[in-house]
Amino acid sequence: MIACGALAGNVREIAARRGWLVEVQPLPALLHNRPHDIAREAERLAGRALDRGQRAVLAYADCGTYGALDEVCSRLGLARLGGLHCYDVLAGADNMAKLFEAEPGTYVLTDFLVRGFRRAVLAELGLDRYPELWPDYFRHYRRLVWLAQHREPSLEREAQRIAEMFGLPLAVIETGTARLEAELERLVAQAVGRGGPGQDPGRMTRSLAWAAGPARAAGATGPAGAGGGAR
Amino acid sequence: MTPQELLKQLYDDTLVGNGPAVLELTHTGLAMNLGPEALLYEALIPALEEVGARFERGDFFVPEMLIAGKAMAGALEVLRPLLAETGAESIGTVVMGTVKGDVHDIGKNLVNIMFEGAGFQVIDLGVQVAPEKFVDAVREHSPDIIGFSAFLTTTMPMFKANINALAKAGLRDQVIVMVGGAPVTQEYADVVGADGYAADASAAVVRAKELLQRRRRAALPA
Repeated sequence: MIACGALAGNVREIAARRGWLVEVQPLPALLHNRPHDIAREAERLAGRALDRGQRAVLAYADCGTYGALDEVCSRLGLARLGGLHCYDVLAGADNMAKLFEAEPGTYVLTDFLVRGFRRAVLAELGLDRYPELWPDYFRHYRRLVWLAQHREPSLEREAQRIAEMFGLPLAVIETGTARLEAELERLVAQAVGRGGPGQDPGRMTRSLAWAAGPARAAGATGPAGAGGGAR
Repeated sequence: MTPQELLKQLYDDTLVGNGPAVLELTHTGLAMNLGPEALLYEALIPALEEVGARFERGDFFVPEMLIAGKAMAGALEVLRPLLAETGAESIGTVVMGTVKGDVHDIGKNLVNIMFEGAGFQVIDLGVQVAPEKFVDAVREHSPDIIGFSAFLTTTMPMFKANINALAKAGLRDQVIVMVGGAPVTQEYADVVGADGYAADASAAVVRAKELLQRRRRAALPA
């Protein structure tokens, strides 16, 4: 499972909890600032896995590759997470569309971005070196929305600090990781169903059946959705 | 400091985006009777061209390009009225805007910087620009080129809406339409009926010059 670094922590936790026989291979989340490299790096890791007789799936949405990841998937017979970005995976594409429709100037955070805002956003945009560029990047935003996977006090404080930097109101939507989990389950099921060289699909399926318990449908366990949890 | 040394320093400071130094050198250059055109064409524009080249090579990234552009913009504020006095003409007028429903403007602003650096007059309509506002701007400014920018796949369809609005107003043939933005491709530009597309800011200037030259050549009497 080749995973975006921004999701890899959640992916590992879910895979371990579900007892999936997967090896999570993270790629740096900062590749998002150079999306062309995502497809290239994902293809490299997937090719290596396939050469070893493993199956591979991509724990990536389109992630700004504008179809390049889909081309890789099509070429190598891989599956990826649905949606345009991890926001869609976490909160649901329809909910995200509604958020942006209601306010195009919505700046979206996830737990990863809250935790790593200084490194992943400020430093990458050069704002540590050129703070005067702040308005060039952010002047059109009107609100911040934190899609919270795990709403913890420390993250909440950090999200609030980020909102203060923007001087904008913060809304929190508790998405949890249920949608991500459902999407990962789909990827794993597809990989198992597809079979592959040097694999024992039966063993993996048995393991999944043992670990998964009753299947959980997307959203059934309670991501709040675009309206829920906002404040 | 000799004039040559000043131009070299102005070039260097623009390249690294040292805004205060660029502004000071611009004033110093003018005080030394270096004409605004010399400052522009022998230091500022070459520096911006180098910024664009480094961006294309992957040596510079968005922050470096923005900071250099801001430095140059500061100098242009001083030089623009002087250039107008000398009768120096821009090589063309460009109206730019991010389409309705989209607030992303970093790419558009980089293109503006490169256009200005290349000697175009740029009229920036900002973000979330409705089709009727583009139409009004074409009527008001008679630009050579109009540029639509979109960062989202969900807002790209506004290119077509804008082009339709221009056609409905009878203005489509009067202006070159260029489109761009992260998700945009040449294929998409062709589908919506744009005249030009470029993948990045430097390429946009090259393409704009080509399109403008072609149109002006076509307008010459046979």
